[in-house]
Amino acid sequence: MLQFDLWKRVLIWGICALGLLLAMPNAFYTRVEAHNDAVTALERGSTAPGVQEQAGMWPSFLPSGLVNLGLDLRGGAHLLAEVQVADVYETRMQGMWPEIFAVLREERGQIGTIRLQRSAPDELRIRLNEKPDMVDEAAALVRGLARPVVSLTGAGSSDIEVTTEGADVIVALSEAERLATDDRTVQQSLEIIRRRIDEVGTREPTIQRQGSDRILIQVPGIGSASELKDIIGTTAQLTFQPVVTRTSNPDMPAGAGNELLPAEGNDPSSRASEEGVYYVLEKAPVVTGEELVDAQPSFDQNGRPAVSFRFNPGGARKFGDYTANNIGNPFAIVLDDAVISAPVIQSHIPGGSGIITGNFTVEESTNLAVLLRAGALPAGLNFLEERTIGPELGADSIAAGKIACIVAGVAVLFFMVASYGLFGIFANIALTINVALIFGMLSLIGGTLTLPGIAGIVLTIGMAVDANVLIFERIREELKTAKGPARAIELGYEKALSAIVDANITTFITALILYVMGSGPVRGFAITLGLGILTSVFTAIYVTRVIIVIWYSRKRPQKIEV
Amino acid sequence: MRLRLVPQETNWDFFGRWKLWFGISGLMIVLAMVSFGARGLNYGIDFRGGTTIRTQSAEPVDVGAYRDAIAALGLGDVTITEVFDPNFAEDQNVAMVRIQAQDGQEAVTAQMIADVEGALQGVVPDINFVSVESVGPKVSGELIQTAVIAVVLAIAAVLFYIWLRFEWQFAVGAVLALVHDVALTIGVFSELNIRFDLAIIAALLTIVGYSLNDTVVVFDRVRENLRKYKLMPLKQLLNLSINETLSRTMMTSLTTLIALIALFVLGGDVIRGFVFAMIWGVIVGTYSSIFVASAILLRLDVKRDWSKQDPSAGTRFADVDA
Repeated sequence: MLQFDLWKRVLIWGICALGLLLAMPNAFYTRVEAHNDAVTALERGSTAPGVQEQAGMWPSFLPSGLVNLGLDLRGGAHLLAEVQVADVYETRMQGMWPEIFAVLREERGQIGTIRLQRSAPDELRIRLNEKPDMVDEAAALVRGLARPVVSLTGAGSSDIEVTTEGADVIVALSEAERLATDDRTVQQSLEIIRRRIDEVGTREPTIQRQGSDRILIQVPGIGSASELKDIIGTTAQLTFQPVVTRTSNPDMPAGAGNELLPAEGNDPSSRASEEGVYYVLEKAPVVTGEELVDAQPSFDQNGRPAVSFRFNPGGARKFGDYTANNIGNPFAIVLDDAVISAPVIQSHIPGGSGIITGNFTVEESTNLAVLLRAGALPAGLNFLEERTIGPELGADSIAAGKIACIVAGVAVLFFMVASYGLFGIFANIALTINVALIFGMLSLIGGTLTLPGIAGIVLTIGMAVDANVLIFERIREELKTAKGPARAIELGYEKALSAIVDANITTFITALILYVMGSGPVRGFAITLGLGILTSVFTAIYVTRVIIVIWYSRKRPQKIEV
Repeated sequence: MRLRLVPQETNWDFFGRWKLWFGISGLMIVLAMVSFGARGLNYGIDFRGGTTIRTQSAEPVDVGAYRDAIAALGLGDVTITEVFDPNFAEDQNVAMVRIQAQDGQEAVTAQMIADVEGALQGVVPDINFVSVESVGPKVSGELIQTAVIAVVLAIAAVLFYIWLRFEWQFAVGAVLALVHDVALTIGVFSELNIRFDLAIIAALLTIVGYSLNDTVVVFDRVRENLRKYKLMPLKQLLNLSINETLSRTMMTSLTTLIALIALFVLGGDVIRGFVFAMIWGVIVGTYSSIFVASAILLRLDVKRDWSKQDPSAGTRFADVDA
């Protein structure tokens, strides 16, 4: 009859107790959060006053996992960036030119002189000046430079594609190499964005790759999306390039292998330092920002904000050699395609450290130092989506959600008691445990609670009683055929089961699809809805049953009314 | 005394006027589609691209002044609506400014947002921008696609599951009921011009889930009764099943509605549209599981296993506690 093995009872109560324990920290949200922050700070070796105290505010033997609050509840910024993967092709092709040049020049006797032509940025176009009919031989020479593609899918193919057109040899990256490069570019960008955000030190940022070339960035607590963009949107590509000439003509032809770049002041959004000044630079840099090992905000001898930097040994040697050979010539410090400054080399600079001056504010020099330390983004970012949610809006939403949850809960509890009497109370105990279990599981899996997620919980409160309603209605029906209360209860549970399972599986399927297809807040809704289905089935089938069994075996009523 | 939503024992005839119900449902769907075709949906930026800025100020919102300030920037279609909510404090005046996606721009421009914010600050110095959201046209196109796929996938998955657990007639009935619910919900959103964004898709899928929940409970009883009363005419059997589960259907719909109404009134304006969709869905879903899903089952004449000549067929309790 209404028997329940002891181990089953223990297991059921154990799960409930565990759920409650895991949910408990959320009742003391701010306190536990302060504790968690303090613990992280201590692990990092912080010795700030008060940290120990804060860490002691929550006993360490209790669970301290919290439900993450989504951006819509906490406030913060959300960005969806598209990595301009094609940017890298150009750099790659330019990096290849010296190598190709060397090979072709060696065979000058056979193919004659060559010249680099203007071309699309992602290819190199080399013209044979003297012997156009040797173009196939030249192409074969260049093909000799091809390397196999290093990737899982592109194995077996080579990294460049060499074609000919008239007297021109055209070199471009192969499809397989492009795919491999794209993947590396996005990975690298992700890593650098993470480093930059970590440098600024905000809590629990989400930085995820989405699809083939997108990165999703969510940073709670930050003031606005544009602030976030300032940190991660700048490429911070730093190069030191030889200066060919200085001009005020923005259309001056730069010549092959050179480029025309504006001085920083031409950008209308920035400081107007050198209005209308352009530099013609050699494209191949002497040293790049990749060879920096450190960058710190500092001041120059006149007390203006500047950034001091240090090169790694390789960079230091190149920089030293270049300065020794070019005393009296200007060289340009270029950041993201604008010349920050173009000082004249006064003397040989050994040791590989230096200082970048420009018309910086203190804040700008600090930011630039952060960007240089974290490294340059390999490619530009295009922002497809940005959202800023103010903390006050989030707080309002939480407050409104809390009240709605409580009112909804109380109304449903009342309604259940009015409809099912004592059994309604049993169902209510289960419902309370159910809500606690949802929070416990959310904390355990580190799920994120969003505003639609709160709606999911409220909906679960409404629907969680459904399984119990099914069971109770069934017990009522079974009682009509007068089989005695114990039998009626047992049959009620047994026969309602198939309806409960089928009904909840179908809802669970939709929650699953929402989770897979949705993003952000919608996904938060899917999580609470899905968890709510699991916990409500558990509490309805097992928890109320255990309660009813205990009650029944104590009272042994001859007649029950459901 | 217990609260009873429906009498202890009901014996209502749900199919006597099935033509009337079909007619009403059909008419509603046609109206919904006409409204959708004529007016379209008030798509949010998730689906259309563009920018929404939620402002808050102590000063009362002057929509005209806001409009004039922004019009000077020449940003095309700009919608400004004041938001009212009982939860707002006395000095909390909220407006939503929506700016269309700018032509020829794939990405979001910070400059435009800064301009708009500056212009508004010129009119109302103490204005606060509580949330700023921008979606580029590239993403919004994809979001529509994903949303449609999600709804279709959900319906297909459910069709499959019900076909697996029941029979194909049940699946067809359930899915037509779902399509009915989704169509009516879209119709209401189009008719009332409520903003249709990503969260509403979540609500639609929840409606799909809820409506099914209801339908499956009725079908479960039909399945049980089909085994129990092998000779009872289908119409009578469906009526019996619906009457037997009526009390539960009402209870669950009502508890869910109570919870949702609490959220609708108290949950704040940000999710009101979302909650509205779900309230509407619960009502329509409850109706459709009886008057659409079951009625279709009746029309399709579910296959019954007549081959086995069961001597006890037609006897009540034939299958109980066997």
